[in-house]
Amino acid sequence: MNTTAENVSSQIDYAIHTDALNLWYGTFQALFDVNLDIKQGIITSLIGPSGCGKSTFLRSVNRINERLGYVRTEGLIEVMGQNVYNENVELIQVRKQIGMVFQRPNPLPISIRDNIIFGHKLHSEGRKPSISEQDDIIEAALRKVLLWDQVKDRLNSKATELSLEEQQKLCIARLLPVKPSVLLMDEPCSALDPKGTEAVEELIWDLRGEYTILIVTHNMAQARRASEECIFMLMGKVIEHTATEAMFVTPEHKETADYIEGRYG
Amino acid sequence: MFEISELNKRNQKTQKLFQILFLMMTLMLIAPVVIILGTLIYKGGAIISVDFLFTAPTDGMTAGGIFPALFGTVWLVAVALLVSVPVGVAAAIYLSEYAPDNWLTRIINLAIINLAGVPSIVHALFGVGAFVIFFKFGTSILAASLTLAIMTLPVVIVASKESLQAVPKAFREACWNMGATRWQTIRRVVLPNAVSGILTGVILEVSRTTGETAPIMFTGAAFFLPFLPQSVFDQTMALSLHLFVVSTQVPGVPDELPYGVALVLIGMVLLMNSVSIAFRMYLRGQKKW
Ligand SMILES: Nc1ncnc2c1ncn2[C@@H]1O[C@H](COP(=O)(O)OP(=O)(O)O)[C@@H](O)[C@H]1O
Ligand SMILES: [Mg+2]
Repeated sequence: MNTTAENVSSQIDYAIHTDALNLWYGTFQALFDVNLDIKQGIITSLIGPSGCGKSTFLRSVNRINERLGYVRTEGLIEVMGQNVYNENVELIQVRKQIGMVFQRPNPLPISIRDNIIFGHKLHSEGRKPSISEQDDIIEAALRKVLLWDQVKDRLNSKATELSLEEQQKLCIARLLPVKPSVLLMDEPCSALDPKGTEAVEELIWDLRGEYTILIVTHNMAQARRASEECIFMLMGKVIEHTATEAMFVTPEHKETADYIEGRYG
Repeated sequence: MFEISELNKRNQKTQKLFQILFLMMTLMLIAPVVIILGTLIYKGGAIISVDFLFTAPTDGMTAGGIFPALFGTVWLVAVALLVSVPVGVAAAIYLSEYAPDNWLTRIINLAIINLAGVPSIVHALFGVGAFVIFFKFGTSILAASLTLAIMTLPVVIVASKESLQAVPKAFREACWNMGATRWQTIRRVVLPNAVSGILTGVILEVSRTTGETAPIMFTGAAFFLPFLPQSVFDQTMALSLHLFVVSTQVPGVPDELPYGVALVLIGMVLLMNSVSIAFRMYLRGQKKW
């Protein structure tokens, strides 16, 4: 990348920008005219009742939805100022820039070490990173997610043997060595107990600033605690997008108020 | 309050009845296997010796050993596996990991299932037409093994495909999300977790291949050959055909000889199966998710 390009990218205010985004699963329309500007470097939460299209939106940002084959997308999605649906865009580069964390922790059935270094190995060109390089990367990633002290003596044991909370932290950690700019998290705490939820939330909060984080949650308290901006969706449409505090104190729309007060499922 | 009631008693009696019924069915299932093995060992066990295994038949196949047939079967199975495993696993990978879900894929899948039901004599005739005559391999190990390979391919493909699809989708998504290509995903995550299932397919294939007679009869197996095959272009004797020959085609064969041949044939299958099953269990123990 040359310097002009870098200047341009540092001037981008919005990590994710969508314009008239419509999405269909076959003939069923799941997203309607979604126009969003998600600010860089902050945590934005995405709330709304089950089935309103939160996961669909996340999955169209990193284009993982396409794997299904019967998905049609119209409109514009820009990530860090670049249209991800552009013809000359390499999907692998998109995925590298955008890390995703799923509802159920999904560590690979290999060692903790190998999980963390997996992405890095995929993207390191030509030369294989030396063992000591790898060790540094692994330690840094695990420290970042506050997991290092728990697992440093058993890096070679299976990641699938960890507790769910540890697994979810690991799934976040393994994204970091690839140096993504955006992290998409789809209900990352919903499989965890309250203690695990708190720990993972804390960790997500710590990652703020370095990464743009878009987090889907069902937990109003969590959205309120852990995000700076909040988007409310209903039946495939964005109803409201404001600062979190404002949304919870003075929601503009009746639907938002109803949802926040628990009048939807 | 907690005493047993009449209704409880009746229900428990019914439950007991069904349990016994199911046990009987299971025993009925294994009874033939036990009887067959028992008879073979009883009638043919005495003839088995190192000499029997490692010398050629003599006196118009009424005496001597079975070495050329044993040797030939090992050859036939090995070459068949060498062809069908790579081809079958590759096809399974394509169908499970790459193929779009469209009518063509569905037709291919249907064809594979139907192929598994084609009688072996039909495969034999196909083998004669394709490998012996068209490709000019003659009646040879190569022609016979290729026929066996084609016959067992569906088993390998179906078993491999099923074990590939048993690998949780979450693993694939995790890989794709980190920017792995499909091949990297298959190579690093899907295949290592599917090996034990793929082995099941191979085990099934080995058992079937070892015992098959019809497909090799016209394509490469000979009644009697006084020498061992030197290359895949030679004909060979084979255990299954030899068993058929000594039990029905040659006069004056002592009773225990066919039983001995059958025992060796079954023994080979059981041995190979046990080794593969042991290996599979080892692999299973290695994986946890
Ligand atoms: N793979 C799919 N195929 C067809 N319809 C889907 C698929 N995934 C989601 N949908 C539909 O799209 C709508 C939005 O789903 P989703 O994005 O999963 O909602 P949320 O994450 O907000 O609960 C739902 O009505 C759901 O039934
Ligand atoms: Mg969802």
